[in-house]
Amino acid sequence: MNTDYLLLMKSELSITLIIFILLILKIRGNIDNNSSLFNLINIFLFLNFVLGFFFNKEGVMFDGMMRNTNLLALEKNIINFGVLIISLQAYTWLKNHKHVVEFYLLLLSTLLGMFFMISSMNFLLFYLGLELSTIPLAALSNFDLEKKKSSEAAFKLIISSAFSSAILLFGISMLYGTTGTISFAEMPSHLTGSDLQILSLIIIFSGFAFKLSAVPFHLWTADVYEGSPVAVTAYLSVISKGAIMFIFISALYTVFQSMVHTWYNILFITSVITIIIGNLFALRQNNLKRFLAFSTITQAGYILLGISANSPTGTASAVYFILVYICSNLGAFGVVSVVSAMTGKENIDDYKGFYKTNPLLSLTLTVSLFSLAGIPPTAGFFGKFFLISAGATSGNYIFVGIAALNMVISLYYYLRVVRAIFMDKNEAPIERLTSPLSMKVALLICVSGIILIGIFSNIFAYIYSFSANV
Amino acid sequence: MNLLSTLIIVPLITSFAILFFRNPKHVRVVALAGAAVQMVLSFVLLYLYMQERNAGNTAKMLFEERYSWYSNFNIEFYLGVDGISIAMILLTSFVVLTGILFSWNVEDKAKEFFFLLVFLSVGAYGFFLSLDLFLMFFFLELAVIPKFLLIGIWGSGKKEYSAMKLVLMLMGGSALVLIAILGIYFNSIGTNGGHIYDLISISKQHIPIEAQRIFFPLAFLGFGVFTAIFPFHTWAPDGHSSAPTAASMFLAGISMKLGGYGCLRVATYLMPEAAHEYSSIVIVLATIAIIYGAFATMMQKDLKYINAYSSVSHCGFVLLGIGMLTQVSMTGAVLQMVSHGVMTALFFAAIGMIYNRSHTRMVADLGGLLKTIPFISAVIFIAGLCSLGLPGLSGFVAEMTVFVGSWQNPNTFHRIATILGCMSLVVTAVYVLRALGKSVMGPIENEHFLHLKDARWNERLASAILIIAILAIGCAPFWLNNLITPDTHSIMENISRAGIGQ
Repeated sequence: MNTDYLLLMKSELSITLIIFILLILKIRGNIDNNSSLFNLINIFLFLNFVLGFFFNKEGVMFDGMMRNTNLLALEKNIINFGVLIISLQAYTWLKNHKHVVEFYLLLLSTLLGMFFMISSMNFLLFYLGLELSTIPLAALSNFDLEKKKSSEAAFKLIISSAFSSAILLFGISMLYGTTGTISFAEMPSHLTGSDLQILSLIIIFSGFAFKLSAVPFHLWTADVYEGSPVAVTAYLSVISKGAIMFIFISALYTVFQSMVHTWYNILFITSVITIIIGNLFALRQNNLKRFLAFSTITQAGYILLGISANSPTGTASAVYFILVYICSNLGAFGVVSVVSAMTGKENIDDYKGFYKTNPLLSLTLTVSLFSLAGIPPTAGFFGKFFLISAGATSGNYIFVGIAALNMVISLYYYLRVVRAIFMDKNEAPIERLTSPLSMKVALLICVSGIILIGIFSNIFAYIYSFSANV
Repeated sequence: MNLLSTLIIVPLITSFAILFFRNPKHVRVVALAGAAVQMVLSFVLLYLYMQERNAGNTAKMLFEERYSWYSNFNIEFYLGVDGISIAMILLTSFVVLTGILFSWNVEDKAKEFFFLLVFLSVGAYGFFLSLDLFLMFFFLELAVIPKFLLIGIWGSGKKEYSAMKLVLMLMGGSALVLIAILGIYFNSIGTNGGHIYDLISISKQHIPIEAQRIFFPLAFLGFGVFTAIFPFHTWAPDGHSSAPTAASMFLAGISMKLGGYGCLRVATYLMPEAAHEYSSIVIVLATIAIIYGAFATMMQKDLKYINAYSSVSHCGFVLLGIGMLTQVSMTGAVLQMVSHGVMTALFFAAIGMIYNRSHTRMVADLGGLLKTIPFISAVIFIAGLCSLGLPGLSGFVAEMTVFVGSWQNPNTFHRIATILGCMSLVVTAVYVLRALGKSVMGPIENEHFLHLKDARWNERLASAILIIAILAIGCAPFWLNNLITPDTHSIMENISRAGIGQ
């Protein structure tokens, strides 16, 4: 054991530490004040986030099992940032819940799993991390214990994720059969592009597509998102998806680099179909959570489009977009969760006349939706532009054109919500809500992120500077 | 001195300053002050520009400012002006200032209204000032979404439908522009080996003809949607007629010019060979828009619809002038943009004033307004006469220049298109005179009209400003002509260089 490992595994270790502290607190059983517990956890997460910018080291651990690079550290930090926001937002819903500690134990375990998954350099560790990050999620989505829909969501999630894991494993085993190794570093030299390897690539791709809810493997998403508590839905749609996207980029750009001609077409077509289908489904949704679920599918399609660039530009725009996406989606989910926790209303029609009673919440939701739709001057505009620009690198303008025109379709349904908020008349609009301080802080972070990340180009340049080394 | 970025910052600060006031009276004063400062600045810019040019500065763009923005993609915050952009900036400052004056009595959510209106103008100013394709696209889209809220919240009639239709069609257009911009970007070569968005450098390069064939139609159609090119003009009548007065003025006066400016500056300037190849299609579409718009106007009963359809027809002249590819016709296109911008703003303002008083815009319901509200009636008459191209007003100058320029093309096809375009003027005269005759002259049929009050000070002031602008262009066209001509000349140089290459 080398002391360097302490620095290399910094983020994993600190999350583990927080988990242990929580466990001890739980065992000693002297938690009687939920809000101080929240503050404690949020401070931990914030410290972890700040710490993530310092003392970063690049290197390989455990005989090539795990690694850390500046880009990976940044990705972990982005995820950490998202978890911090979600934790701040969860207070509204969790403050009266009996099992707060359990919620955080499960949440942080999934986070730990994601960190391992992102840092893995070996399919074994990758798979372990993946499972650690998905199984607690099923428990989390069942966290509204008395709601039937919540258990249904958990059941759907566990079955679909088990199914996709099985598919992934199947692909990995075939890959192992043809190459004789499961190490990311050794595999590329054994990849010859034989038929079996192409088949296993496709199967692994499908497994990833399941997790990313890319079309045609998206059908589980809407039900799970609708049934889960809002905080968990936000977590599923932003954090979990972002983490999978990160490891997907690494896998494609390092392990399967030599098979780029095979996966490029699959990726491109998948992305465009995902964008179209996600849009078409989102058009008709009336429940905001389902609506956001389908818009998530569309956004995933755009990220896949950017990844297809197969260049540092692709990586940088995807990572940048995920950061932007965290801010914008969590902004939208935050407002939805305040309204849902306080009034139980989740339909678009319920938001009619919302601006009259809750101007600030309405503006937050509007800005977030504009960012999701890619309207300047929000960061979403820049994120989308760079993704589409990365997708156009290869000169495939027809598909890029379809993707660009789909932004118009998506604008239609985002504007439907805006229209309900500002224009439609309502006899009994949602009453005036006062959200707790932590939620206000979270929404403030989201909105300032949406406005500032785009205008200040330094953030993109910062991400870009790490992107050459995936 | 960073004059150009000041021109973007002033409206930006104004719009955010508005948010700090609660009282509608304070809000509108702040908005007006900001717009007035902006107008003064625009004239200062014009003065300085003239001085530089008279001093013999022949640089293509003056007062350039450039800061690196997204250096990984060579995106710059790059501003610069030539005569064309200055003409458009002057137009914008006129329309925004008068738009604020005409919305003086907006009480419902006044803060939001003026914020959105001024914010919208940020997009327009930025678009006309920027010389970086990305920046242009940024400002182009910035000037779309506020319209949705302006029409949807403060509009009239089937406002939600119109707002949605307008925004979706304009965003569809800008999606096409996006692809075209990316296409241009990936076919350009910068000094550091990467691709560039810098419009001036790209104009000196030669984009491969194969790429031009793909991206010229995209760019032209995309910007064309903003100019209500046939068959993508359908947003215009609905949007214009549902919008509140100031938004209608902005939409027809400035927003449609964004498209024309883009067609000229991006599509035609950067891809001259393709502009040659596709010019006949452009001319056909423009001629259809002119004729179709004119005849469609004949059928309208609502004053706002009349002006909206006639805008489609008039903006057809802009596209016709660009498509004809002669220097005079291009100058005419720019003149027409400015002239139509001022004229249509005045027209919509007058309709708005009438509507506020009589609560109807239907020609059949109106009548005899000249007797009760002479000032407003005179204003709408001036606007109408300008629209039909009466000599001495701006419309005549602009349309005449387009026709003269078009006639310079010595073949049958161009001549027929020109003749058809000219013939539309007769139709224009018919619908303008018929509508105005019915609504303004004649006996008062509705007793309610006897008690109408004439224009207030703000309306008189704003109308006077716009009428002065119309007269200034109409009676003394040379100053605007001299401002524009050197720059249309440089666009033409690009095109004739390409023509030799063919």
